[in-house]
Amino acid sequence: MKNLYLLDDAIISPLGFSIEENIQAIREGRSGLKLQQKPEITENPFFAGIIDESLLNQTFSEIGATEDFTKLEKMILLAVKQILDKNINLDLTETALIIATTKGNINLLKEPGDFPENRLKLGQLGKVVANFFGFIQTPIIVSNACISGGLGLAVARRLCDSGKIKNAIVVGADLVSDFVISGFNSFQALSAEACRPFSKDRDGISLGEAAAAILVSTEKPKISGVINLIGDASANDANHISGPSRTGKGLYKSIQKVLKEASISSEEIGFLSAHGTATVYNDEMESMAFHRSGLEETPLHSLKGFYGHTLGASALIESIITKHSMLNNELFASKNFGELGVSKPLNVIRENQKQEISYALKTASGFGGCNLALIFKAEKK
Amino acid sequence: MPNQFYIQDWIKIKNGAIFNSEESVFAFSEDELNPFLKAAYDNLKLEYPKFHKMDGLSKLGILASEIIFRKNKATKDTALVFSNNASSLETDRQFQDSTKTFASPSLFVYTLPNIVLGEISIKFKLQSENAFFISENFNAELLQSYTESLLLSEKAPEVLCGWLDLQNGEYDVFLCLVSKEKNIPFSEENLKKIYCAENEKPTH
Repeated sequence: MKNLYLLDDAIISPLGFSIEENIQAIREGRSGLKLQQKPEITENPFFAGIIDESLLNQTFSEIGATEDFTKLEKMILLAVKQILDKNINLDLTETALIIATTKGNINLLKEPGDFPENRLKLGQLGKVVANFFGFIQTPIIVSNACISGGLGLAVARRLCDSGKIKNAIVVGADLVSDFVISGFNSFQALSAEACRPFSKDRDGISLGEAAAAILVSTEKPKISGVINLIGDASANDANHISGPSRTGKGLYKSIQKVLKEASISSEEIGFLSAHGTATVYNDEMESMAFHRSGLEETPLHSLKGFYGHTLGASALIESIITKHSMLNNELFASKNFGELGVSKPLNVIRENQKQEISYALKTASGFGGCNLALIFKAEKK
Repeated sequence: MPNQFYIQDWIKIKNGAIFNSEESVFAFSEDELNPFLKAAYDNLKLEYPKFHKMDGLSKLGILASEIIFRKNKATKDTALVFSNNASSLETDRQFQDSTKTFASPSLFVYTLPNIVLGEISIKFKLQSENAFFISENFNAELLQSYTESLLLSEKAPEVLCGWLDLQNGEYDVFLCLVSKEKNIPFSEENLKKIYCAENEKPTH
């Protein structure tokens, strides 16, 4: 398959509205998670990473009318705009727009405001973004639970391989809506404190909201350091729709497939960006799959302690941060990690380190039993 | 370039009727979703109790894939590439309603369109590539190019791809199994042609 180069990117999150602010916050160990109260949904307070709407409107007003767009749309439009501003010669007629989201504008189901009913449809979300910038091609919407953002990158690579497109802007975005808070609360899956991936005292997820976007291309840019997506694979657990396989069989299979496609061995992976939601079962399952794949000594982190679980955005955000880790030769600590609390040994990063990374693995898993693995290669000089 | 892949078989479910490339599989006197699903389940002698716990979208997906895979055996690498317009909106609304009294975890789990891919994977033991796309209308170009990429890159030996939509009780299902087995050439045009063909029972 063709190479897919990861070019300019943007993240709009509680950590900041630029990629630099996001990376600086992670470098300094600052989390976007804050204590939230929603007594109408749950009497227990919980942590979540929520974007300040007045700040968002203030920033968005520079590019559009704040009342014409939903919160999620504004987040996405700001992210895409940053990329287009850096690539003013990008030909939108031959650039695909791929949007990964689990629930899109789902908040409109409860509070539609002045928006028409069909605005909560994901197809409509695609149209709004495409029309704002003048994308010609029909937007491609990926909605595949919590692997969506990473699957968006795989979809871009696969469609590039078919020769249909040369480049794409891949977007991942989701909100912390009452809908998802109610849902995860009904599963008793929300942590009372900021989530603690892979730790012994972890007790559930923290939700987060964010929009991320990245320009990808089959053409190698004329810059000295570039990150290349050289492998992608997904595999279903075929086990349970709302919980992972206990042994992590789908995740293990996707890792084996991606290593094979990239033609490298697990020892060559210098860094692993895990899913690490901080539920008891997810993190345990990941440890099983990583151990079986020979990755128990590979430095790994979860970014959920910084962002919370941003659902359809998470695997794209984590891929983007991995890209910058590789370019800057730095490994970021896994926020809120205490004592290892999974049955197989893992090398969870405790402190930021300077480290050259040639190959990195990104994994994600989600409801419906889906699993995804991506391998990135650093091409320097 | 000669087309290397074929639509080995296909299935449609719409307006109280199920039919495939050869015949009418089942037709029911009323097209209302729940009675129709129950009657189709009985008619197929499915004997899969989990079916009754599923939401409408998953039930439709299970029925369609059951008919396809009874005739054409799936392998553990048979990929699933589905699409629709409404995502899981039908169940989203039900879950939203439940939050007024007691938010239902068993509804919440179905508020993602790809759950049906999980249900099909469990039933047929597929540990394969999954993707769920949302598009305004049936997007033959996307299904064709994505499916072909999975086949050419050997990420899957065959792909069950198509359209599985449910909104306001109206259902529209068109799935086809794409493989190297010679039959209808797999192309954007043929996908469109079969999908758009009038949903009448074949006369032969």
